Amino acid sequence: MKLAKVTGKIWATIKDKKLEGIKLYIIQPMDEKLNAIGNEVVALDTVGSLENDIVYWVGGGEATLAIKGRQVPSDVSIVGLVDRVDLRE
Amino acid sequence: MGKVIGSLVSTIKHECYNNKKIMIVSPSDKDGNKIGNSIIAIDTVRAGVGDIVLVASEGKTATEILGFKEREPLRSVIIGIVDKVDLN
Repeated sequence: MKLAKVTGKIWATIKDKKLEGIKLYIIQPMDEKLNAIGNEVVALDTVGSLENDIVYWVGGGEATLAIKGRQVPSDVSIVGLVDRVDLRE
Repeated sequence: MGKVIGSLVSTIKHECYNNKKIMIVSPSDKDGNKIGNSIIAIDTVRAGVGDIVLVASEGKTATEILGFKEREPLRSVIIGIVDKVDLN
């Protein structure tokens, strides 16, 4: 799992049936100091995040399990909202 | 292998993360040098900030270790604390 910031929203009318009713966001992966790393990716939202929220996400096979009771065709899924990051170094 | 550099507070999350300690781990090589970007991992061994830990980043492993009945959207788990690394 990694950190990211929600930077935009995706609207897609025609999509796979399994994605119906699910929000898609553009997220920018970040390091622990909230500096951007790498390119932005499209992520599926499961926790009701909003733009500019800091979130954490899971990629790969686990992303398809983000919604209970159904498999979703997803590569990256947001699984939690970050309230606070505590760094002690 | 990595070093625990912090923790993360999160209220709204997927239910498989409930009651779990979420740590931020910076991957490191055998000499303790930072390699790559930090990851978020669930703690199962009571690791603290500054500890060198072993992290497993695989979904099936996480499911087994955390005792879930079925696979959950959770991948990285801290599975051990490193006491010592011997290098020849």
